[in-house]
Amino acid sequence: MTWSPILLDVIRAVLIFAAVMTLVPFLVLAERRISAWIQNRVGPNRVGPMGTLQPLADVIKLVFKEEIVPARADRVLYSLGPLLSFAPAAIAFAAIPVGRGLQVVDMSVGVLFVITATSLAVYGISFGGWASNNKFSLLGGLRSSAQIISYEIAMGLALISVIMTTGSVSLSQISEGQTSFLCWNIFRQPIAFVIFFTAAFAENNRLPFDLPECESELVGGYHTEYSGMKFGMYFLAEYVAMIVMSAMVVTLFLGAWSPGFALPEGLLGTVISVGVFSFKLFAVLFFYIWVRWTLPRFRYDQLMHLGWKSLVPLAMANIVVTGIVVTIWDAVQ
Amino acid sequence: MSQATEESTPAMNTQASARIGKSKWLFRLYLPAVFKGLFNTFLHLVKAKGHKTFTIQYPEVARPVRKGYRGEHRLKKDALGREKCVACFMCQTVCPSNCIRIVAEEAPWPDRDKRPKIFEIDMLRCIYCGMCEEACPCDAIELTEKFNVVSTTRTEKIYNKEKLLSN
Repeated sequence: MTWSPILLDVIRAVLIFAAVMTLVPFLVLAERRISAWIQNRVGPNRVGPMGTLQPLADVIKLVFKEEIVPARADRVLYSLGPLLSFAPAAIAFAAIPVGRGLQVVDMSVGVLFVITATSLAVYGISFGGWASNNKFSLLGGLRSSAQIISYEIAMGLALISVIMTTGSVSLSQISEGQTSFLCWNIFRQPIAFVIFFTAAFAENNRLPFDLPECESELVGGYHTEYSGMKFGMYFLAEYVAMIVMSAMVVTLFLGAWSPGFALPEGLLGTVISVGVFSFKLFAVLFFYIWVRWTLPRFRYDQLMHLGWKSLVPLAMANIVVTGIVVTIWDAVQ
Repeated sequence: MSQATEESTPAMNTQASARIGKSKWLFRLYLPAVFKGLFNTFLHLVKAKGHKTFTIQYPEVARPVRKGYRGEHRLKKDALGREKCVACFMCQTVCPSNCIRIVAEEAPWPDRDKRPKIFEIDMLRCIYCGMCEEACPCDAIELTEKFNVVSTTRTEKIYNKEKLLSN
């Protein structure tokens, strides 16, 4: 093999990016079908076998729609918004190990990188809301920033306790540390898991925390004025962010690519690990969709109450307990 | 009014938590209620416990028509294949939306004096009330169960005698 490492990196990056991008249409379809089944409906089943070509039809429709820029909108920020929303989410996936030794960049601060990148997405939403010259959009953008700031703290604090138990900030090392079933962080840090998962819902603007775009109050929230492919970009960004957050949940808590026992060495083990990771990812994504069609939306004060008065203190208490346990454990060893 | 609300709210809260049958602490945790909801939607998802899909896939599966449904009209024929109508103008007279036009001519048969030369119903005006059916002394007109009435022009919606006889 005389391939240069840069070329290998590029191939890996393109492969993983393409896989995530391919996942999005199917996720949209899954969302629509599952929501239909939960509501005793049928869902899209006309385009292609079992409706599998429905996402393609949706995209074609979006591409051919007219792009409308509202009067007196800030043109630069208006166009920048969807991009700023999509790019960070896509970049964040670079640090996530999707299989044993298979990730675009093995960063020593992978956790921090992903959290930073995903929280940048709020700029896209706020810019879009601000630039639209529409009060509903602006309210959506404001809500989004307030919500993400509130839940980011709980999420970060939950992560700290995970990092304390695993002793690493590198996502690949956290994955390696969860090879055996009982080492999965969901068993070692159940409270952190609940807090992180809840905050992940809020971070993705998913129900029950979809206040930035709640259609019954704010028309469409931050993307009220968007149409055509710009709206499509926001849509894409939302789903990519959802995939990234699910991948984070899998990597940090659900044992990453490990099936719970040691994998065989070599290529076979890598392939199996990718399969296991995908399976867990789909399970978490299904849970996302399932929760969306189960729970009603929080009221804004309830959202803030839950974030600041419940999750943040709980996460802090969890850190204290984890610190004590880890210190005693180290002293005993 | 506001006093009543203030009084009723705490009572309702305790009622709600009592109904759930959990301690207040567990109730405030949300999670039991969340899992209960998730379990319920899962039952819907897998169609367990008598949940079913109500959708009728229309073009492939037609909705069953109830007895007495009033759809498009039909002119009936007798045993000899002649139209039953004797052009008595009863239906035209009773029609509240004035959509029936009959022009009579002499019948070639010995058992009746007249038969319709032209029998037209303007389906765009018709309100499908069924009065024509009730008024008819010869039981010659009736409403069928056809409801998927489609046309691309307005003139198509004026049904003539041939169309009504074949309906």
